Amino acid sequence: MAGIEAAELAIEFPLYHHNARSLKQRILASSGLRLKKDEDNRIVVAALRDLTFTIGRGERVALVGPNGAGKTTLLRTIAGVYEPVAGRLRVEGAIGSLIDPAAGMDALLTGRENVILRALFRGMTEAQGRALAEEVAGFAGLGDFLDMPIRGYSAGMNVRLAFAMATAMTPDILLMDEWFLAGDADFMKKAEERLTRLVTGAEILMIATHDMGVVRKWCTRAIRLEGGRILADGPVEQVLAEAGL
Amino acid sequence: MSHATIPVHAFDAAHPRRREIALEDLEGGLARWRLAWALARSDITHRYRGSILGPLWLTLSTAIMLGAMGFLYAKLFRIDVSAYLPWLTVSLIVWNTLNQTITDATGCLTGAEGVIRQMPLPYTVHALRVVMRNAIIAAHNLPLVAVIFYIFGVAPHWTAFLAIPGFVLMAVCGFASSIFLGMICARFRDIPPIVGSLMQVAFFVSAVIWKPDMLGWWEPYLPINPVFALMEAIRAPIMGTTGGIVVWIAAFFWTAILTAISWAFFVRFRGRIAFWV
Repeated sequence: MAGIEAAELAIEFPLYHHNARSLKQRILASSGLRLKKDEDNRIVVAALRDLTFTIGRGERVALVGPNGAGKTTLLRTIAGVYEPVAGRLRVEGAIGSLIDPAAGMDALLTGRENVILRALFRGMTEAQGRALAEEVAGFAGLGDFLDMPIRGYSAGMNVRLAFAMATAMTPDILLMDEWFLAGDADFMKKAEERLTRLVTGAEILMIATHDMGVVRKWCTRAIRLEGGRILADGPVEQVLAEAGL
Repeated sequence: MSHATIPVHAFDAAHPRRREIALEDLEGGLARWRLAWALARSDITHRYRGSILGPLWLTLSTAIMLGAMGFLYAKLFRIDVSAYLPWLTVSLIVWNTLNQTITDATGCLTGAEGVIRQMPLPYTVHALRVVMRNAIIAAHNLPLVAVIFYIFGVAPHWTAFLAIPGFVLMAVCGFASSIFLGMICARFRDIPPIVGSLMQVAFFVSAVIWKPDMLGWWEPYLPINPVFALMEAIRAPIMGTTGGIVVWIAAFFWTAILTAISWAFFVRFRGRIAFWV
């Protein structure tokens, strides 16, 4: 059964490749809120602090909060990109990640070749990738563009392709950053249908966004982050009302 | 549920299970050899995109280098060209492969930053990509050996089969150094130029353009140099000798050392890579 469980989860970004001393004087003195020193005396940014939550099957969770609140970092941590410095994380289910549409894409390859490449990234074979490409082609609605190099694609076309790829692999958990809103109205309708189907199949959706319309329409639960901490967690209307959004 | 087995990804900072995670990474990376191969191939085709000769340039530029150096150094060393050029061909191709692998190794993780920070993927895939890319380049250069051997009437010898374990050792070293150098070069950005200058020194001290026997009574000490040992385990068999037991012991010894260091480093710091790149 798909599920995400986090307990006292923390992520810290060390600030390498900077002049640490001047940085220390400049920033620690002024704000100092999220910058701190770890045990090795390095300057780190506390990106996520002490996060505890459980997300069960069928939940559609919105991550809301200002820029730099840690929304994308949390998505990446759940995806398995970052290893937490403290706390526990347990993720059950295959993950589909829509965090950066360009990740793992090769601009010189065609849309179809990119689908096959993505399949290889997921550990599938080329034959499976070709089959997947057919499925993606049907949904993305790119027509002849599917066999053109993707560097000629518009932003919206990239989004269509990325979205179709990530959802075609029927993930148990779909992680999305808000860039996918670049799709046109027709596509957004198709995307919503697909997401609804995906989530009613007992899967989990987690989406980071600033668009409260999307939150109200698509999500059942909201987690409000600020400064790497959870400020509120609960039903969408309640969390948004408390935050005055 | 549509999935028979659900993948579980669990991490507990209090009990990091580093060795198991590193092993999973290695298994996952090797299982994705198709991906590493596709990426390695596109690295080569993208480099020569739009060029008429395409990857044949790899062969051609080696041929030009050999033509220029072969005649000049045969003259300088006062050796007959027909005795020197076949040897130099093998020597230079093996050196180029080794040198390019090490150079690629230093950038193998920083160059994949976009992927590393966006999606979970075994890091060993990037090391495998370096090895495969350089294997493709070597495969473009090896026909030159056949051409030069044919022109100068050098007959292949049964020992040439011994070059296969030699290549395997070099591939293992390439893989291990991609992990090790890839990691320390991601963390400390001064390492790539240091490695670059060391490789320049290695070119002159590792008997690439001069023959080991020119060294006289110093020759037995050459296998202390890992670059020489690894090269000789490929070059000597192709040139018709076994290379001697000492060379092979040294090649195995250095491979084992490098692999052990890389593995220890990988187990300990694997979790930090995403923060370093």
